[in-house]
Amino acid sequence: MTTTVERTTATADVPPVRKKKSRKFSPWGIVAWLVGIGFFFPVLWMVLTAFKQESDAATNPPKFFFTPTLDQFAAVFDQGIGPAMLNSVFATAMSTILVLLLGVPAAFALSLRPVRKTSDALFFFMSTKMLPVVAAILPLYVIVSNLGLLDNIWALVVLYTSMNLPIAVWMMRSFFLEVPGELLEAASLDGASLWRSVREVILPLVSPGIAATALICVIFAWNEFFLAVNLTAVNAQTMPVYLVGFIAGEGQYWAVLSAAATMAALPVILCGWFAQNKLVRGLSFGAIK
Amino acid sequence: MTSTSLTAGTTAEADENAVAERVRKIKESQDVGVSRAEGWRRRGPLLPALIFMIAVTQVPFLFTLYYSTLSWNLVRPGSRRFVGLNNYVAVVQDSQFWSVAGNTVILIVGVVLISALLGLLIALLLDRAFLGRGVVRTLLITPFLITPVAGALIWKTTILDPNNGILNWVLSLVGVGPVDWIGQFPLSMVMVELIWQWTPFMMLLILAGLTSMPRDQLEAGRVDGATAFQLFRELTLPHLRRFIELGVVLGAVYLVNTFDAIFMMTQGGPGVASANLPFYIYQRAFLGFDMGQAAAMGVVVVIFTMIIASFALRLIFKSFSGKEEAA
Amino acid sequence: MKPLRSTLHRLALCAAATGLVLTAGCAGAGSLGASENEVTIALVSNSQMTDAQKLSSEFETANPGVKLKFISLSENQARAKITMSTAMGGSQFDVVMISNFETPQWARDGWLLNLSDYAKNTPGYDEADFIPSLRDSLSYEGNMYSVPFYGESSFLMYRKDMFEKAGIKVNPDAKYQPTWQEVAEWAKTIKAKQVSDAGICLRGKPGWGEVLAPLDTVINTFGGRWFDDQWNAQLNSPEVKKAVNFYVNTIKESGELGASSTGFQECANLFGQGQTAMWYDATSAVSVLEDPKTYPDLVGKIGYLPAPIVEKPNSGWLYTWALGIPKAAKNPDGAWKFISWMTSKDYMKLVGEKLGWARVPPGSRTSTYTELPEYEAISKSYGPLTLQSITNATPDKPTVQPVPYTGVQFVGIPEFQDLGTRVSQQISAAIAGQKSVDAAMEQAQLYAEVVGKSYQEK
Repeated sequence: MTTTVERTTATADVPPVRKKKSRKFSPWGIVAWLVGIGFFFPVLWMVLTAFKQESDAATNPPKFFFTPTLDQFAAVFDQGIGPAMLNSVFATAMSTILVLLLGVPAAFALSLRPVRKTSDALFFFMSTKMLPVVAAILPLYVIVSNLGLLDNIWALVVLYTSMNLPIAVWMMRSFFLEVPGELLEAASLDGASLWRSVREVILPLVSPGIAATALICVIFAWNEFFLAVNLTAVNAQTMPVYLVGFIAGEGQYWAVLSAAATMAALPVILCGWFAQNKLVRGLSFGAIK
Repeated sequence: MTSTSLTAGTTAEADENAVAERVRKIKESQDVGVSRAEGWRRRGPLLPALIFMIAVTQVPFLFTLYYSTLSWNLVRPGSRRFVGLNNYVAVVQDSQFWSVAGNTVILIVGVVLISALLGLLIALLLDRAFLGRGVVRTLLITPFLITPVAGALIWKTTILDPNNGILNWVLSLVGVGPVDWIGQFPLSMVMVELIWQWTPFMMLLILAGLTSMPRDQLEAGRVDGATAFQLFRELTLPHLRRFIELGVVLGAVYLVNTFDAIFMMTQGGPGVASANLPFYIYQRAFLGFDMGQAAAMGVVVVIFTMIIASFALRLIFKSFSGKEEAA
Repeated sequence: MKPLRSTLHRLALCAAATGLVLTAGCAGAGSLGASENEVTIALVSNSQMTDAQKLSSEFETANPGVKLKFISLSENQARAKITMSTAMGGSQFDVVMISNFETPQWARDGWLLNLSDYAKNTPGYDEADFIPSLRDSLSYEGNMYSVPFYGESSFLMYRKDMFEKAGIKVNPDAKYQPTWQEVAEWAKTIKAKQVSDAGICLRGKPGWGEVLAPLDTVINTFGGRWFDDQWNAQLNSPEVKKAVNFYVNTIKESGELGASSTGFQECANLFGQGQTAMWYDATSAVSVLEDPKTYPDLVGKIGYLPAPIVEKPNSGWLYTWALGIPKAAKNPDGAWKFISWMTSKDYMKLVGEKLGWARVPPGSRTSTYTELPEYEAISKSYGPLTLQSITNATPDKPTVQPVPYTGVQFVGIPEFQDLGTRVSQQISAAIAGQKSVDAAMEQAQLYAEVVGKSYQEK
């Protein structure tokens, strides 16, 4: 069933009557706001709970009005949030940089006219994520321990890089494929100035894609829990591990955990906001084309 | 491109054609695009990533394979011995393993499809300009930013709690009695939580795809009087298909490993109704401390995922390469 | 303009990169700097342990040169991590927090250091002050291999005002131990008279330390057991079935909604909010319920009774979070210094003075209940009963009929973590109404038979 889009010669004598798009109060805008608030609500509730006493945290009916307190945040800071934050920042930033350094060239190579091996390489990258980490944790523990890297942040850096690299390669390849084929081919044949032509011509075109990829790698690395809890102890503890330390077995922890989770999410939210701006800028690039 | 012509002229002509055909084929194989050196130069940038991945992932995998042939209980010292494929036999005979595998499939398929659909719809919503669009985009991304552990607990404790949860409170306002959501619908509730966390991911991907789409075609189409739906189906959707498929593939592979939501919300219960493979393996590894079993289960998961993935990816690659030729 | 921007970009990147590399030094770049005087401690994240972390600066002041490093995780994570590290002979930790479940097994396997020697050489430590039942549960061949930080048994907590409203009278005799049938009747009455949403809150969450803790005590007192002395599994015996049926039916008739995912935290919340009239659980729940800051309305309204019984008296459980030193610890002497501080009589006084007497770690030392007048004053309603419950617990003889294992609310074998969890998952399904109790116990019996067989072959 094909619907032909009529390709009449667009004459300029009568400009097509188009519904004036009201930028401010379109009904779809309102729907978007509702959806946004709906998705955000649980997070908002968590942040609110961070300011409550434990006894107000989970009540029937839910307490929308309460006397706020900073006790929970004090408790979170009391236990030494600094090192965990630092470790998380280091592991996340370092692994994301490595992922980009390794992944951008790889994605570029895989986006050129497909060689037989392209799908094999892509499949291999994906296959590395098929072994559940829970099954491989003991071998990993033994290897890391024998390398003397237990409780060392570099172990996490390497593992997070390997965790995110396949995703990054797949994602960035898709964005490279958006670039007109001739540009890619021209760049690859450029020889000596290969990198310059890539950097000056191609990278700006794919930068929203790279920003999206980097953001996703940051999120995955920042929130990774299982490897961190098993391979670190006191020196290389990351934020998710620190957070779980607030889950008490015999006690009430919902409010203090909300406070810890809020603190843990702040840096990533900042990253998300920043990366979004890059995405928006990419919009104007696309239109100019 | 003519194949050997059926209507042969004289034998001499046929011979000439055959030779010309062979020469053409040789020239093609020496084409600048596929010369040896050229091939290596093209693949060059791929090598660092490839070598890195092989080094970091294959060694643990080999270890896992080795451990899967041992009977090794960590808390029973001296119990470590070689048993060949016994662990695999035990896995095949473990009926719970297979029912949990079924849960895993339902979980992955359900979450990926629904969150991809929602992500698409929301991305389309966000593609239009309206007041405060940047704010809404940030709001929508936040579920994906929250640590999965905290996200799961938010849902379990504040929303789905049968006594003090917000959902039951809202329902009570319209007269519906309290429902034990997690007790009655454990797997569905886990899926809801995962969809909540993963829709932003899908949305982000599709949005990135939308922003890189050339607008002039859309403008031309609109000028020519095509409806919004026609534009969507003929122009937008094919362009987005790559990104939707990307999201599906990445989401599925990532969700194979999902663990925190189940651990925090239901502990796999009641029974094993909401357990998935990583959770089940975790219990064997960290409660039973049966390392050999856990390793064998992991290898079985890899085998099955590879089989399913190779079928799925073959489909996707067909569409990928098809598109490239059309482009 | 473009070149300027790109130079700035490049500068920014360089600065960021340098900054990153520098943080590598501050970040956890390895335990290369582990000095002689560092003590690495792995704790479980309950409030009593968090308090200890807060007060640890006092220890560091009193012991200059010793640096303490903590890691604190939720119970499941902590247990998994500590077990993996200790079982592999790792030297990651100097002090580990374990319980009376692991201690005898690990002591037998030679994974822990003998602490009685250390204790004897520490004046004023007074090993004999530990409550005898606890001390025995952490000993192997007469020596202690971990020392208790706090201990607990189980008892029944109830709202005195709700009982009054429902017209329920409780026997005031000091030696009175209610029966489970009485308790079930009370719960029904509360529900019938609509005094509260739930008559009683009982755990139902899957986990060998979750639903099985209270349920095992019920099984024990009904006359059931996990294995007979020939290691034949007994989970489908009439006594066990009766006990489990009773537990599940009580929840269904007068228990809380959503019981199959209810653990300690959820019941504490319900009881604190007044949504249940009774709660059978750990004696350490008083740290949550009797804290005026969290539940000011509850002060003085909570009554306490010993764990309900049927056939076997003194059916409360016995559990302790204790501190031990793994064999391969790098700094055992520093470890003992810290352990002896954290479990000493002086520490109790320190907590009372600095953080409030309600936060004193309960149930480890007899002197807490006899030599601390301030603590006695605030714990009048639950203190003596706590001490009594712990003292009278019988982990060596937990059941009516003889058994080949020790442990009240668990079976003290390494396989129990897995077996118990699998069985608890079945029971949780029964509580959620997804299976009948009979079907659940048949499946549970199969699991137990596998374990029993491996012991019969020994």
